[in-house]
Amino acid sequence: MIDLQQLQDIGQQERDRRKPVRIRCCTAAGCQSSGACSVKEQLDGAVAAADLGDRVAVAGVGCMRFCGRGPLVAVDHEDGTSQLYEGVTPENAASIVGTLQGQPTTATLGDWNHPFFAHQMPIVLENSGNIDPERIEEYIAVGGYQQLYRALHDLSPEAVVKEISASGLRGRGGGGYPTGLKWATVAKMPGDQKYVICNADEGDPGAFMDRSVLESDPHRILEGMAIAAYAIGANHGYVYVRAEYPLAIAHLQTAIKQAKRLGILGSQIFDTDFDFKVDIRVGAGAFVCGEETALIASIEGKRGNPRPRPPYPAQSGLWQSPTLINNVETYANVAAILRRGSEWYARIGTEKSKGTKVFALTGKVENTGLIEVPMGTTVRRIVEEMGGGVPGGRQVKAVQTGGPSGGCIPAHLFDTPVDYDSLLALGTMMGSGGAIVIDDETDMVDVARFYMDFCRSESCGKCVPCRAGTVQMYELLDRILEGRATERDLASLERLCVVVKDTSLCGLGMSAPNPVISTLRYFRHEYESRLRSPMAAGHGG
Amino acid sequence: MSAPPSTAAANGAVNGVAPSAAPSAKGSHPSGDKRFKALDATLKRNRFQQDALIEILHKAQELFGYLEEDVLLYVARQLKLPVSRVFGVATFYHLFSLKPSGKHTCTVCLGTACYVKGAGELLAALEAEFGVKPGETTADGLLSVVTARCIGACGIAPATVYDGKVAGKQTTEMVLTCARQWQAEG
Repeated sequence: MIDLQQLQDIGQQERDRRKPVRIRCCTAAGCQSSGACSVKEQLDGAVAAADLGDRVAVAGVGCMRFCGRGPLVAVDHEDGTSQLYEGVTPENAASIVGTLQGQPTTATLGDWNHPFFAHQMPIVLENSGNIDPERIEEYIAVGGYQQLYRALHDLSPEAVVKEISASGLRGRGGGGYPTGLKWATVAKMPGDQKYVICNADEGDPGAFMDRSVLESDPHRILEGMAIAAYAIGANHGYVYVRAEYPLAIAHLQTAIKQAKRLGILGSQIFDTDFDFKVDIRVGAGAFVCGEETALIASIEGKRGNPRPRPPYPAQSGLWQSPTLINNVETYANVAAILRRGSEWYARIGTEKSKGTKVFALTGKVENTGLIEVPMGTTVRRIVEEMGGGVPGGRQVKAVQTGGPSGGCIPAHLFDTPVDYDSLLALGTMMGSGGAIVIDDETDMVDVARFYMDFCRSESCGKCVPCRAGTVQMYELLDRILEGRATERDLASLERLCVVVKDTSLCGLGMSAPNPVISTLRYFRHEYESRLRSPMAAGHGG
Repeated sequence: MSAPPSTAAANGAVNGVAPSAAPSAKGSHPSGDKRFKALDATLKRNRFQQDALIEILHKAQELFGYLEEDVLLYVARQLKLPVSRVFGVATFYHLFSLKPSGKHTCTVCLGTACYVKGAGELLAALEAEFGVKPGETTADGLLSVVTARCIGACGIAPATVYDGKVAGKQTTEMVLTCARQWQAEG
């Protein structure tokens, strides 16, 4: 059994064993595929060769966010200054260690003051890129699991729910449902058996922040889930994670094992009567499983078919028990809110969207990677200042958010602040946080067809509007794109959008028309310019 | 069926697909194939719970390369599930394959970021040179080309996966070079 003193001792020992100079090497999936593991080996070798082992330590850390310029290496000096190196190769890695002895380096120097970093406000990603995700001691050294301890000893479950409600935190999976309200609903349900689920089925193409959090700071999610479990009265949790994220799964497995060993997961945690265990369920490649009822079916070992709601999972979820489902990023905020207080959190962001949001900034933009910005940051700041605009002198045309369920924000509306409600007003949505920049080379009808192809193949086939509607909409978009369509086809497409939206069973179908509706709203001319004249149509059929 | 995991064991013979040729209750496959032994270990670790079906199929595919009929029947018997249910789950999820795949697999990510950065051209190049569309394998069984719905490597788009190893910022030349090398190695 571990108590607060022991927890703090582990943290202190970890801080004591720190060497004056720390070289951090990003070993998250993005940098790993660009050779980060060999870079780390070279750094280790160079430190040993220069006999700097007693003064310098090399650490493999999680995502340092600027993925497009990876592999990234940071050197933290004794005096508190830090240097960033970009695009490090195994060949020039050793020369970075050389700089500690006054030698020149051939590695490219990065800039921590670059707008890409300067406008960020890391809360969810506060440990990401700073700690070694495979060592629980490093998480404890930055205050990890202390909030769980505090919750269990000093706060009642009601007080935890109240604190989360007061923070104004809303679901980061896309819907934006108030988290505190969801917790309160499940907490009020009768019954001894309840579950918490972490939705890590990040299927939205173009979004990778959940992968990054799981890879870079997995204990943060476990702590958030455990606090949630205490608040609602659950003793068993599941993390449902995509099979496409092997590194995230591995880090999560390691984290669970370490937490169990210290008694932070298991029975009578921190000497209280609170028990909590976490199991991992690995998905098998079905986008629809991001929908909560489909996800529950999948955890039960069935086909990922959604079912009508109500009853909501809060009332009847996993094995018919009351179940709390939150997204990775939502759980990642929990410990920080308890640590710094709901008032602090509620001061960040806009009136109705509190806190920060992590976006995966990708596509036709100079700087790609993860950014965490306060809610209310303008699209312009994200794309132009932080993203550095479109490369190659092209013009930016739009930003796509919300993936296949979302829409686009055209360039003339870039002064819109990013929050749940402003994005909905523009006909798109926050989604899980993919932000894909589209330039003037990209055809918007093609983008719409791309998403419809996605929905068509990901539709589970249970309800007709989605199963048949997405196929018909895809065919119509295909016709338009190939110049075979007429006004009447466009009218059919618009009608189908309404039908599929209004009559589908689950969120996948209900939102599948969104990319079409959104591109029609802002780029209708691109559709119309491809239509055949009615006269020609009369002959051609 | 929605029993909690602890009581989900004893309701096997439903829908007329009773485990007819059941081998010795928790024993191995009659063929003596060692891979079934490894599968048995996973079954045991999951205490033959029916809700672990997806986990077991993952393991089976890892061991056998794909889910052949015999394996699906075996899993159904061991978990006391109707074959229809096991087949239904195996065909629902994209990552389960009921056909053998080639010696090497090139996965082209078709996430949005990769798509706007030219993932379609990578696929077109592979098709032009090797005559395989996504989901197909070359006649010599050396190369399978598949697509993924986003592997989360959007920051380094367009991305591909060569036999499980992710590579970023790919060009048609890079993809073809790798595939040609596989073919040359035989």
